[in-house]
Amino acid sequence: MKIVVCIKQVPDTKGGVVFNPDGTLNRAAMLTIMNPDDKAGLEAAIRLKEQYGGEVTAVTMGLPKADDVLREAMAMGADNGVLVTDRVLGGADTWATSTTIAGALRNLDFDLVITGRQAIDGDTAQVGPQIAEHLGIPVISYAEDIKVDGDYVIVKRQYDDRFHELKAKMPCLITALSELNEPRYMTPGGIFDAYDKEVKVWGRADLKDVLDENLGLKGSPTKIAKASDKVRKGAGEKVTLDPMESVNYIMSKLEEKHII
Amino acid sequence: MLGNKAHNILKEYKKMAVEDYKGVFTFAEQVDHKITGVSFELIGKGKELAKDLGVDVTAVLIGYNVKDLADSLAEYGADHVIVVDDKELDVYRTEAYAQALAGVIDEYKPEIVLVGATPIGRDLGPTVSARVATGLTADCTKLDIGDFPLEAKEGVEQKHNQLLMTRPAFGGNTIATIACPDNRPQMATVRPGVMIKADIKKGAKADIIEFNPGIKVNNKFVEILNVVKAAKNTADIMDAKILVSGGRGVCSPENFKILSDLAEALGGTVSCSRAVVDSGWRPKDLQVGQTGKTVRPALYFAIGISGAIQHVAGMEDSDVIIAINKDETAPIFDVADYGIVGDLNKIVPELTKAIKEYKAAKI
Repeated sequence: MKIVVCIKQVPDTKGGVVFNPDGTLNRAAMLTIMNPDDKAGLEAAIRLKEQYGGEVTAVTMGLPKADDVLREAMAMGADNGVLVTDRVLGGADTWATSTTIAGALRNLDFDLVITGRQAIDGDTAQVGPQIAEHLGIPVISYAEDIKVDGDYVIVKRQYDDRFHELKAKMPCLITALSELNEPRYMTPGGIFDAYDKEVKVWGRADLKDVLDENLGLKGSPTKIAKASDKVRKGAGEKVTLDPMESVNYIMSKLEEKHII
Repeated sequence: MLGNKAHNILKEYKKMAVEDYKGVFTFAEQVDHKITGVSFELIGKGKELAKDLGVDVTAVLIGYNVKDLADSLAEYGADHVIVVDDKELDVYRTEAYAQALAGVIDEYKPEIVLVGATPIGRDLGPTVSARVATGLTADCTKLDIGDFPLEAKEGVEQKHNQLLMTRPAFGGNTIATIACPDNRPQMATVRPGVMIKADIKKGAKADIIEFNPGIKVNNKFVEILNVVKAAKNTADIMDAKILVSGGRGVCSPENFKILSDLAEALGGTVSCSRAVVDSGWRPKDLQVGQTGKTVRPALYFAIGISGAIQHVAGMEDSDVIIAINKDETAPIFDVADYGIVGDLNKIVPELTKAIKEYKAAKI
């Protein structure tokens, strides 16, 4: 079974965000991690490989330094890594990104594509379903569990108050939730091997069946009109009182606001 | 395998035909024959946008035997309701619903399409946007009609009457305003609980347009083997007027009892932070925040919640926020109207008692 996993190197938003003086994100000053949902997708792929045999290829699109995230994937157990990087791909929105990744995936032979549900920098959850649409294959989003049955996958698809058990014929694309599993750690031997392996580096010329005008900033239907630091409502009062005084304080505020 | 050449050609064609697209469409999501709340919120917002543009707002209702739901959409302000009714649309599946919504877009050419940012909308939206070759802005918290670029610049054509879509990014650390100037429709998913429903006009009758593009079963259809509904023993936190929300500081699942006692005394509902869900103390449908639900109750108690930015993004629009935390540097105090530095285990039970006594004395 051949599985392609799409992963993204993202700034660790939990560690705080650093801005340049012009208000753009200072990515260089921030720690980067493998996007958590993608990592769960990769773990799922490695487990399927362990169970059914086959091969896992990790694909990422980004700056040359995204090589790191592919090494991490290979240290966890991915067999191959493909880095899609090219100046002309920069500034892509989800439509142009999914167009690019679909163009890369057309060069690969796969039964299954797994992406994370969403990346913690953009939180859009769009690229996975859009890749599937560009490739003309079925998509199952929000996967909580993945099983293989012959030529089919059986997936637990999460909704707010329920799940659907869905069956799709491969090739298909699944977007993984971080609830899917507990990703393994890299092993020292794995890290050693990962840096011995070759990462394929693909540029614009390696993308199949895509038009220049659909790539990068120029090919993005959505454009940023304005980006700014979030303006938050300021802090109110803060008091340190003993418990009974605290209760009286809260009661007075609840009365004042006509809540009780 | 199919390529995306057809899309590319379509995109080129559409670049020339932006002005052919008119009207505001909203996706009316129904599950088990019940319209979800965000669908009414979309109509409310859609009406405002439509007014600015001088056009109508049309709800798109997709399902099987769902025509009887159309009037409720009219009651919340839909000028027209397009009903796509087909056996294949009985239970949500991506491909069937994508054919229906993309079919409506191709036929009626709306300039704006709004979809709820629900687990359905966040799957349907991207699929349809890729299919009709347009942009999609996810999880919007604000929508306006305006100019793009915002300020006139020499040598750059400023386009008017554009949909300006504002959304949080980078885990709520920044906000971005996004436009889709050259492609139509302009598509956005909108977070539930953010937009306001229009006042209901009881008894309004829908102007129904029945349309079926012909749902064709193809390789992209999936089979539903099973639908398993979670036992729902809790009220929807998005509808609650008072929320008593607990975080890691509550320390154990058993200790949530003191929060539910307070909620009961106040006539409120218990919710929680992501840490609590990750620890398995409370179910996911009670989670407030970026990856949970957006809430705006009249009163939000944040108890033992540190106030990570992802949590704050989901509750900062509450009318009154009261935080109790023993760590005086907790970021929750930066958004709280009233912050109490102290031990929740000592304060909360006493507060519950005080509220009960107050209410008893009032009767």
